[in-house]
Amino acid sequence: MALIKVTIDGIEIEVEEGTSILNAARQIGGNIVPPAMCYYSSLKGSGGKCRTCLVKVAAGSAKDPRPMPKLVASCSTMVMDGMIVENTSNQDVVDARKSIVEMLLINHPLDCPVCDQAGECSLQDLGYEHGLAKTRYEFKRRTFESTDIGEHVKLHMNRCILCYRCVYTADQISEGRCHGVIGRGDHAEISTYLEKSIDNDFSGNVIDVCPVGALTDRTFRFKSRVWFTNPMDISRKCDNPKCCGKAVAWMSENTILRITARKDQNSEVKEFICNTCRFEKKEVSDWTIEGPRHIDRHSVISQNHYELKPKHAFKALENNAKQ
Amino acid sequence: MQSLTNRSKVVSNKQMSFAERTYLIPIIKGMMITLKHLFKKKVTLDYPKMTRPMAPVYRGKHILKRDLNGAENCTACGLCAVACPAEAITMVAAERKKGEEKLYKEEKYAAIYEINMLRCIFCGLCEEACPKEAIFLTDEIVKPSDLRENFIYGKELLVEKMDHRYDITKRQKHLIK
Repeated sequence: MALIKVTIDGIEIEVEEGTSILNAARQIGGNIVPPAMCYYSSLKGSGGKCRTCLVKVAAGSAKDPRPMPKLVASCSTMVMDGMIVENTSNQDVVDARKSIVEMLLINHPLDCPVCDQAGECSLQDLGYEHGLAKTRYEFKRRTFESTDIGEHVKLHMNRCILCYRCVYTADQISEGRCHGVIGRGDHAEISTYLEKSIDNDFSGNVIDVCPVGALTDRTFRFKSRVWFTNPMDISRKCDNPKCCGKAVAWMSENTILRITARKDQNSEVKEFICNTCRFEKKEVSDWTIEGPRHIDRHSVISQNHYELKPKHAFKALENNAKQ
Repeated sequence: MQSLTNRSKVVSNKQMSFAERTYLIPIIKGMMITLKHLFKKKVTLDYPKMTRPMAPVYRGKHILKRDLNGAENCTACGLCAVACPAEAITMVAAERKKGEEKLYKEEKYAAIYEINMLRCIFCGLCEEACPKEAIFLTDEIVKPSDLRENFIYGKELLVEKMDHRYDITKRQKHLIK
C-alpha cells in the first residue's frame, strides 16, 4: 500500500493510507499524541464521542492545502497526503481541549479520594494536565445509585462519561450482548438490561476499557490504592482459547489484590483476558511471575519504587509460586 | 609580622604580683554576676506543673477530624500516606454499610489508621495533602513512653472525641479570605 506523508506538530511521518490522525500521531509517540477517552484501537466503531482528541488541520492535503474550518476529532479523521496537523502547538486546540475536559467533568463527581480508579484514571490525568482541580459547576449533578452488575463488576453510573467503550467490549469481545446504553442525551445510562448480571467469559474486560472509575473490580473494591501496590507481569496457560493468559498482578507483599490485562503505552488493552484469569486465579501459585511491570515515571504508581526492589525479593516470589 | 585583624590576643609570661595571686578581685567579680542572676527573671519552667503557651499552628500530635454531625471525615484515600516522607502512615480501607452514614462521611472509610509517632517527623505534609480536611496536626505533644508499641497511634487515639472537639480554624487562616 502506498505510504502518504503527514506532518504533526512539525514532525513528518509516512503512514499507510486510511490511518487516522490519532494513529499516525501514536506512531510518532511522545507528547504530541492527542489524548483519547473514547477511542480504543482494539474495538471496532469506537471513537468520535468524547472530543478530547480534537486537533487543528492547518492544511488538508497537498492537492488542496486549505485548512479545515473547524477542529476535527483526530480519532475519526483519516490522514491525506501532505496534511499538516497541529496539536499541542496550536493554542486553539489546547483551549478547546481544556473546555472539553471541563464539560466531561460537569456530571463527573469529584470523588477521586473514594474512587478505585484514582491513580490510573484518564480523566484525572486530563483534569490535572489542564489545571482543572476545581469545578465551576454549581447545579445539581446527575446522580445514580451505584449498582452491582454481576458478581464481579461494580457500576458507578455517576462517574460514567458515556464513552461507549464497555458497550463495544460487551459486543465484540464477549459473546452475547448483555449490556448497553439506555436513554438519550442527559438521561443516557450504562446498564445491563433489566439488571441482568453480566456473566460471560470476557465480561471483566469492561473494567479495563473504562477510562474512568465507572466500572470497577468488586474483588478489589477499596482493598488498596493503586499506588501502594506493586504491578507484576504474570502469565499462565489458560484453557480458554481466546484468552491470552498474559496479565498484570497488582500485588501487596505476597498477595495478589487485583489482576488486569496488560495495557500498552496508550493505556489500551490489545490482548484481553478471561474472567477466570481475572477474578478466580488470585493465588501466586497459579501464575508464572515474569518481573515488575514498567509504569511511566510520571505516574503516581511509580511512587512505590517497586522496580527498585532487590532482585532476590522477586526470586523469592517465584519460588513461592513454584511450591 | 603584623596581624591583619585585631582579634588575636598577645600572650605574656610576666610574673603576677601578690595581690593578683590571691585572685580576690576576679572572685568578687564572679560572685557579683552570680548575685545579679538571683534577681533576674527565670528562664526555665517548673515543667509538669507549668507549661508554655503553644503556637496555634504548632505541629504536634495528629488528629482525625469529625464533621459537625460527628461523622469521620477520613475516606482512606491514601494521599497522606503517599505524601509522608517518613512513611509513618498506614491504613486499611473498608466500605461503609447501610446505617453507618452517621459514623462515616463517605462511602469508604479507614477501618485501620495508624501513625507511627517514632517515624513521624511532624512536617505537616499529610495535613497539606488531605483533600477531605480530615487529618490535622495539633498543639498537643506526643506523650513519652518506654515501649515502642505505644508510639503506634491507632484510630482510638487519633480520631477526635465528640466531647473534646479540637478547633482548627487558626490552622486554616490561610484558607479564609
